[in-house]
Amino acid sequence: MLRLMLALVAMLPAQFAAKAAPAFSINEIAPGVYAHQGQTSLMTRENFGDIANLGAIVGEDAVAVIDTGGSLIEGRAFLAALREKTQKPIRYVISTHAHPDHTFGNGAFVETGATFVGHKNLPRALAARGPHYLSAFRAQMGDALDGVTIVPPTVTVDETMTLDLGHREIVLQAWRTAHSECDLTILDPKSGVLFAGDLLFLQHVPVVDGSLLGFLDVADRLAAIKAAQVVAGHGPIPAPWPKALDDERAYLMRLTADLRAAIKKGESVAAAAKEAGAEEREKWRLFDDYNARNATAGFAELEWETP
Amino acid sequence: MNKAALCAAGALFAVAATAAGAENAPDPWPGLVVDIFQSRPITAADGVINLDAPVRAEDAAIVPMTMRFSDPTQIKVATLVIDQNPMPMAAAFTLGDKSGVGFIETRVRVNSYSNVHAVAEGSDGRLRADAKFVKASGGCSAPAVKDQDEAIANIGKMKYREFKSADPAKREAQIMIRHPNASGMQMDPVSRAYLPAHFIDQVEVFQGDAPIFKMEGGISLSEDPTFRFTYAPNGAKTIRVEAHDNKGGVYKGEWSIGEAS
Repeated sequence: MLRLMLALVAMLPAQFAAKAAPAFSINEIAPGVYAHQGQTSLMTRENFGDIANLGAIVGEDAVAVIDTGGSLIEGRAFLAALREKTQKPIRYVISTHAHPDHTFGNGAFVETGATFVGHKNLPRALAARGPHYLSAFRAQMGDALDGVTIVPPTVTVDETMTLDLGHREIVLQAWRTAHSECDLTILDPKSGVLFAGDLLFLQHVPVVDGSLLGFLDVADRLAAIKAAQVVAGHGPIPAPWPKALDDERAYLMRLTADLRAAIKKGESVAAAAKEAGAEEREKWRLFDDYNARNATAGFAELEWETP
Repeated sequence: MNKAALCAAGALFAVAATAAGAENAPDPWPGLVVDIFQSRPITAADGVINLDAPVRAEDAAIVPMTMRFSDPTQIKVATLVIDQNPMPMAAAFTLGDKSGVGFIETRVRVNSYSNVHAVAEGSDGRLRADAKFVKASGGCSAPAVKDQDEAIANIGKMKYREFKSADPAKREAQIMIRHPNASGMQMDPVSRAYLPAHFIDQVEVFQGDAPIFKMEGGISLSEDPTFRFTYAPNGAKTIRVEAHDNKGGVYKGEWSIGEAS
């Protein structure tokens, strides 16, 4: 009997996902531009990995989806919610980078026939990290991870690429290693909305999984993009542009300055990781989940600077 | 489905997952004692060796580990083992005679929740071990190379740092070697072939001609392998490093003591 019950429970995700759309909200933040705000949280079984912001841009002919969420369940809910807004074909699924909260829902979009698009480094980042992500997130997400597959892009962006959705051309831009080694932004000039992926964090402490100095540099260069508002990878949507960058740049600069000082003093990486950036704690959520990690990786990077 | 139903479904998943995930990962340590230490008896550290490890791996790719030795003259080899990693033997340090190494700090990858063992082989031939449990990092942290282009472009570059030693009888220094130290366990997305491993397998550090330590290691060491240590100065004018990788790469560096690069 127990076995039967477990078998029934195991069958739930598919049924549940088909009906999940009403609980999953997407908002039209500009004509033909939709966005979903994820929770400011770690990925858990309870939130189905729904922690990242997702988006979609609708042209006259077709739709481009931007990121797919942290589980197949969330990806299916996103697809169902989108289908209530438009029946136009989904031509592209664009990944802003490789992280699981942005790509674990990719599988839900395979059957739409969409072309998957990403940074030129995205395929290798998924190859290097995908298997680890699948096993590591099983522990914290349990069955909410069921059905998740790693779906790499078949079209990659070296520098910039324009995609035509029918009288709506969106501009994809690949960046040097910053938040990660495969960050891509998407600009919709028609509405002035920029999808920044995790090159922009709001309220959720920034996460450095590529290069601290690269992140600082790219954050500076992002500010030159002509947009009216931005959808961050995490945090409230939409946000005013480029003012939305201010807090993140302040954090990255504080962390860099603290780490340089610690390295100059000859501190160990473990000691520096406990202290660097601490002044920023009150300004951010999830600070204790990520700051020491950012400081550890940042220390190892900055240690190579000429003294 | 409304929000309450969504929560209820979540609770059901939780029940199923608990039932499915009840069995714990088996402890690999007994097998590692056979493979790495030929089943020799290992006793408690007794203060001979001490392992400093963080409670949690903040960044899975860069986890600092420090092995401290109360009396370096008693130690021949100090081995660092990350039990649950795909290649658990992270590094074995053979200390030079009269090197006076008080501690060695390095950085390792920690793939999942794992015990970490620091095993000292004494000059008396006995093995003694200290162990710490390290929680896996959360979030999107992976034990992977941060920037693969950068890692290859800079391969073999070295840096030497000096520090004020807490012990006036010793010097404190750090050797850093640029190298992806790549596991090779990932599949090339284009060819579908597994990429070959490419890692530093040996590092020798000398003061003058006298060895301070020789490290033999593998892919559990972080990218850009780094070693910070104290040693007893013998009057030599230079620190010299020779490193080898598994593809035949040889990387050398030499610095005047007192002139950190």
